[in-house]
Amino acid sequence: MADLTATDTQWIGVGTLDDIPPLGARVVRTPDGDIALFRTAGDQVFALRDRCPHKGGPLSQGIVYDHKVACPLHNWAIDLESGVAVAPDEGCAGRHPVRVEGREIYLSLAVLAAAAD
Amino acid sequence: MRKKLVLVGNGMAGVRTLEELLKLAPEAYDITVFGAEPHGNYNRILLSPVLAGEKRLDEIMLNDEAWYTANGITLYKGKTVTEIDRARRRVIADDGTTASYDRLLLATGSLPIVLPIPGHDLPGVVTFREIRDVDRMLEVALTHRHAVVIGGGLLGLEAANGLMKQGMEVTVVHLMETLMERQLDVPAANMLRRSLEEKGLRFVMPAQTEAILGNGRVSAVRLADGTEIDADLVVMAVGIRPNIHLARSTGIYCERGIVVNDTLQTYDPRIYALGECVQHRNTTYGLVAPLFEQGKVCANHLAGLGYWRYEGSKTSTKLKVTGIDLFSAGDFIGDDSTEEIYFKDIAGGVYKKLALRDDRITGAVLYGDTADGSWYFQLMREGADISDLREHLLFGQRHLGDAGHGDINHAVVMTDDQEVCGCNGVCKGDIIKAITSKGLFTLEEVRAHTKASSSCGSCTGLVEQILAHTLGGEYSAPGVKPLCKCTDFTHDQVRKAIREHQLQSLAAVMHFLEWKSPDGCPACRPALNFYLLVAWPGEYHDEGQSRYINERVHANIQKDGSYSVVPRVFGGITNPAQLRALADVAERFQVPEVKFTGGSRIDLLGVKKEQLPAIWADLAAAGFVSGHAYGKAVRTVKCCVGSDWCRFGTQDSTTMAIAIEKMTWGSWTPHKFKMGVSGCPRNCAEATIKDLGVVAVESGWEIHVGGNGGVKVRATDLLCHVTTMDEVLEYTGAFLQLYREEARYLERTAPWLERVGISYLKERLVADAAGRRAYYERFRASQVFAQQDPWGERGCQGVDRHEFIPLKVLA
Ligand code: SRM
Ligand SMILES: Cc1cc2nc3c(=O)[nH]c(=O)nc-3n(C[C@H](O)[C@H](O)[C@H](O)COP(=O)(O)OP(=O)(O)OC[C@H]3O[C@@H](n4cnc5c(N)ncnc54)[C@H](O)[C@@H]3O)c2cc1C
Ligand code: SF4
Ligand code: FES
Repeated sequence: MADLTATDTQWIGVGTLDDIPPLGARVVRTPDGDIALFRTAGDQVFALRDRCPHKGGPLSQGIVYDHKVACPLHNWAIDLESGVAVAPDEGCAGRHPVRVEGREIYLSLAVLAAAAD
Repeated sequence: MRKKLVLVGNGMAGVRTLEELLKLAPEAYDITVFGAEPHGNYNRILLSPVLAGEKRLDEIMLNDEAWYTANGITLYKGKTVTEIDRARRRVIADDGTTASYDRLLLATGSLPIVLPIPGHDLPGVVTFREIRDVDRMLEVALTHRHAVVIGGGLLGLEAANGLMKQGMEVTVVHLMETLMERQLDVPAANMLRRSLEEKGLRFVMPAQTEAILGNGRVSAVRLADGTEIDADLVVMAVGIRPNIHLARSTGIYCERGIVVNDTLQTYDPRIYALGECVQHRNTTYGLVAPLFEQGKVCANHLAGLGYWRYEGSKTSTKLKVTGIDLFSAGDFIGDDSTEEIYFKDIAGGVYKKLALRDDRITGAVLYGDTADGSWYFQLMREGADISDLREHLLFGQRHLGDAGHGDINHAVVMTDDQEVCGCNGVCKGDIIKAITSKGLFTLEEVRAHTKASSSCGSCTGLVEQILAHTLGGEYSAPGVKPLCKCTDFTHDQVRKAIREHQLQSLAAVMHFLEWKSPDGCPACRPALNFYLLVAWPGEYHDEGQSRYINERVHANIQKDGSYSVVPRVFGGITNPAQLRALADVAERFQVPEVKFTGGSRIDLLGVKKEQLPAIWADLAAAGFVSGHAYGKAVRTVKCCVGSDWCRFGTQDSTTMAIAIEKMTWGSWTPHKFKMGVSGCPRNCAEATIKDLGVVAVESGWEIHVGGNGGVKVRATDLLCHVTTMDEVLEYTGAFLQLYREEARYLERTAPWLERVGISYLKERLVADAAGRRAYYERFRASQVFAQQDPWGERGCQGVDRHEFIPLKVLA
């Protein structure tokens, strides 16, 4: 979230926190495919491409816990902050910048590189 | 004043009888025991492992002196009773001690036979019966090299093996052509001889011992053909003879043994006798299982209850030589009227033979693979007709089709009424019951409570398997297997806490039980959600985010992210209007594929998520509700056409199936729950591989439970037979509720049943009518909340709209 500034990103308002259930997810549909927005128990919001690095499962349909989501198809765990699959699995779902102001959620379509870790 | 009971013979049969008596009537007698040996009561059977160095003496004590004191029993050990004064009702021991009796119990055991050949009384010649004998043998083994064992029967071979283990060179001299001729047929005896030879024993047979040579102590054995064999120790193990000396000298009627009737009374009704010293219905016994059975009956009569009879026993034998598996029972030689089936793999070291008469097992010899011994023994004792099993009989119980779940081991496939411990007559069901009702965790506890594996010990492995299987993850080192890595508590502990502490939300459970992760994980959240739902059917507010996607959106996710829709068609009975409605929906929404499912329903495949509410609204308008094909929930009730149409049908299976599905649909269960109803035993609805299957018969309905298709096929067990539809519904609801309340999340009925045992289910649901009705009532009460169609709510009332529409669509 913090690693982008308003100058290199166009922020798009997509809704409010109340539109996503706690420990839930919603999808933003774009011409380049779906983006999944996850809400954690602590009201943080993360955005990942809605395609599991394993076989393309829709991550938005998974169970959200802590800062992770379990893919609904074969139960891989994907880290929400980095988009990286939790070891021993390998792979990365593309990340998008998100900002929450008050209860409003803003999304950027810029794709972030895989977090170094 | 209490009556006086005197026991002569402080051995296995006598003391077991006292134990049984103390259970029945602890206050009935003042008890006095005389024992010629200077010990408490020990496990004579285990003298063999003691000799072989596999057990220590203190490990084979059964009743130490503290036990006698604690039970108020006067023990005179090291005192031999030499006289019974029947007129004055008292016994007199060799040192003059006397004791008077109202009831006298003789359990004097037997005496080893000593061949009356020259030299039989030389130092260094011993028998194998008491601790004293073992001490002597061990002493000689320390300093001498050569041992000769006379007798190639069970005792002789165990002695020879033990001495060899102590480092001696052992020769077995046997009179007959083959070893253990009373227990083994020729091929098995030859295999046994070969493997004992490989272990290092030497055999000279057939051969007759003529004399024992020695000057001051034994030095050799001479055979009838003149051969001499060096010997520093000679063990005579040529048989036993009932010890009737005392009884006979007082004029109690004896033949080979002390003659007793079915209540174990001698001809003097105040005097009871049992154990190896008696002769009952013309038979004497030399193994503990029958003696323990006698003990039960005898105690029952001494306690004044008087309703049991001893009617004789069938016995089976095992050899306690580590590394050799051998089982023998009944009459395995047979005659003109018997047939034999056998399996012989000499190289693989396996031989099995069964003798049959009129499709019933009369005897069995197993060598190398004895796992099925107890099964054959049971079939034999029950006189079961084996014609149906015949083809597979020799391959054992595991090959009968029902392969069982999880770790496949022998204990799993045994039925509850099958005997595990032959010595003490303990069945699998007894052990499971003790484990579950008394909360046992260790082998020692099971031994203490059931006596299983406490005598010859050869069933120890089986008992451990049963323990492991009954306790599931709770057996072995850490003791308990936690629900998931977020907690140290087990499924059962969590459930208990939910009920006892009135926890009504996931957050409350996690807080109360100090969950280690902030919001659980995909393993525990669905489990907790289910447990809460069952515990508080009316109050609990289902937490959708803790359900797997299929259950959260009430459709099955497919590999491309689309969904499938399977509407409920009760009993599989449909009609043109329903089919037309389905066809219309399929066309209107351009459903890519329509298919009949394996559960005989209709599946609309490839539906987009956003389309789901609209499809459901249309289906609801046509009268359909959700089929729950996506849930850990009641699935379909499959049925056949039944007596309405079928020329073989005995009952109306379709009406029954519809009634069951109407009653049960919508219920959430630990794992999916499938049912079937067949109109006759031809069973076209495959009811016997369902979680609950109903099979119609002329006289009513059979209810079968715990079946499973899927990964591991398991056929059901029969729960009971009933006559009316109301009864079928009551049993079905009760079974479902018991499963919902007690099985662990994601445990299907098949593994659950194998964990708790069919007898447990029968106890709760069949024997206990009030209990059954209570389960049924609770099931019906929870259905009031469960039977709200999730599709209708979402299709027509806009429930959970956010699940089905994007947050935003960007152009
Ligand atoms: C649709 C269907 C196949 C078909 O096209 O015929 C089906 C489809 C699936 N089965 Fe099945 N099973 C279907 C009948 C069966 C049957 C036959 C039956 O119901 O009579 C069995 C064996 C009988 C049994 O369960 O005892 C069966 C044994 C399984 C198993 C193994 C269960 C087990 O205990 O070993 C699984 C895996 C699981 O549940 O963990 C499974 C799981 C699945 C899943 C849910 C796999 C998944 O997670 O995606 C499939 C869902 C596909 C979908 O979206 O519809 N399915 N499945 C059948 C739907 C039945 C219905 O009308 O409700
Ligand atoms: C080495 C060995 C291995 C065996 N292995 C097996 C096996 O694997 N499986 C199996 O089922 N069975 C086995 N048996 C047989 C089993 O031990 C006996 O069947 C059982 O012990 C008989 O019990 P009992 O009470 O009749 O006699 P005992 O256990 O012999 O008890 C009789 C007691 O009475 C005492 N006594 C006798 N006369 C008097 C008297 N006048 N006054 C006071 N006391 C007296 C004796 O000293 C003795 O202690 C084995 C036996 C031996 C010796
Ligand atoms: S058998 Fe069942 S789980 Fe396997 S592919 Fe077919 S439908 Fe899917
Ligand atoms: S597609 Fe996500 S785990 Fe397989």
